[in-house]
Amino acid sequence: MTAPGEKQNIHDYLAEFDDIPGTRVFTAARARKGYWLNQFAMSLMKPENRDAWKADERKYLENWPMSDEQKEAILARDYNRCLDLGGNVYFLAKVFSTDGLSFAEAVSTMTDMTFPEYREMMNKGGRSPQGNRSIKGGY
Amino acid sequence: MARITAGVASSHVPLLGVAVDQGKTGDDYFGPIFAGYEWTKQWEKETKPDVVILVYNDHASAFDMKIIPTFAIGCGERYKSADEGWGPRPVPDVEGHPDLAWHIAQSLILDEFDMTIINEMDVDHGLTVPLSMMFGQPDKWPVKVVPLAVNVVTYPVPSGNRCWALGEAIKRAVESFPEDLNVQIWGTGGMSHQLQGPRAGLLNREWDNKFLDLLIGDTDAARYIPHLEYLRETGSEGIEMVMWLVMRGALGKTTKCLHRHYHIPCSNTAIGHLVLEPTE
Ligand SMILES: [Fe+2]
Repeated sequence: MTAPGEKQNIHDYLAEFDDIPGTRVFTAARARKGYWLNQFAMSLMKPENRDAWKADERKYLENWPMSDEQKEAILARDYNRCLDLGGNVYFLAKVFSTDGLSFAEAVSTMTDMTFPEYREMMNKGGRSPQGNRSIKGGY
Repeated sequence: MARITAGVASSHVPLLGVAVDQGKTGDDYFGPIFAGYEWTKQWEKETKPDVVILVYNDHASAFDMKIIPTFAIGCGERYKSADEGWGPRPVPDVEGHPDLAWHIAQSLILDEFDMTIINEMDVDHGLTVPLSMMFGQPDKWPVKVVPLAVNVVTYPVPSGNRCWALGEAIKRAVESFPEDLNVQIWGTGGMSHQLQGPRAGLLNREWDNKFLDLLIGDTDAARYIPHLEYLRETGSEGIEMVMWLVMRGALGKTTKCLHRHYHIPCSNTAIGHLVLEPTE
């Protein structure tokens, strides 16, 4: 726990996030990198944009100032890669909802499990925090 | 004089809204989740709040990356259910309370909380799912709502301590509103869940229940839990629980627990629910 009144230094605060296994914390740096990737995803909130996207995904992406890597990651639905490139799951959700995927199914594609395996893990109480809290600490 | 008579905490998983809208709340999967809200539904009918200050977060619905307010208060007349990509939820419009909302906004700013004011927006599952959990499917919501949106998506999100202090300032603001109003404050989101990356699916029953314990009685230890602990222990999206601290802070020094419910899982998420009463 932080002691009452104690203020954290921003560099220490951000550095700690890299120690969490299998997690990309959506920091300002990621938000900057992924700005257009996320704004593109947001555009799929509108039905007419969803239609244009479904008709020709590659062509739809031409209008967005995203990097080639970001475009390829989206076309491949490689969501872990999208997270690395600054994507945020609430924005990426517009893409997988347009694909007709539930949150649970889309989320399972980021793990090393199939969707039925992932669903079973969740029904049995979810992924244990044991060993999943810290890379350095291994606890 | 207006007063905060109770606090409610609840998860706001979108799938719960789907279950309500599609009439599945009694099936094998959802039955045990909704059973834990029956007590509260009855209690809400009996206690008849006039207004709910509803602390929630927007999930890339009303706000995109263009503007990221840390704390924003809805001062509008009414709010429509947002289209989150599969059409708006078929729920009544949410009626605001502009007089109280503007009073709170002005009081908070004088109290050194520099709020963003929202006059028009749509509200997503973060706000409408808790209304469905507590009130079911009425033709019209039985309360007016003051939406209070917190950024829990882009880091740094506000500290637990700041959220708690905001709650304390909201209590002072409500108590200086001249009209006689029965006001509840709800904190929503959580509990443990992670929707991204290889660690997705993390749930932590033990930590969640410790957190529930910390909201009851006279301890204020929860306000000092650092973001890192939420991230390590409760998954990347467990940070939504800081919004429960706004609710807890608004209840004053000591609380009594009227009702408590915990269930694993709902989709990717641990469901937690508390009804608290201030006791001072
Ligand atoms: Fe949420």
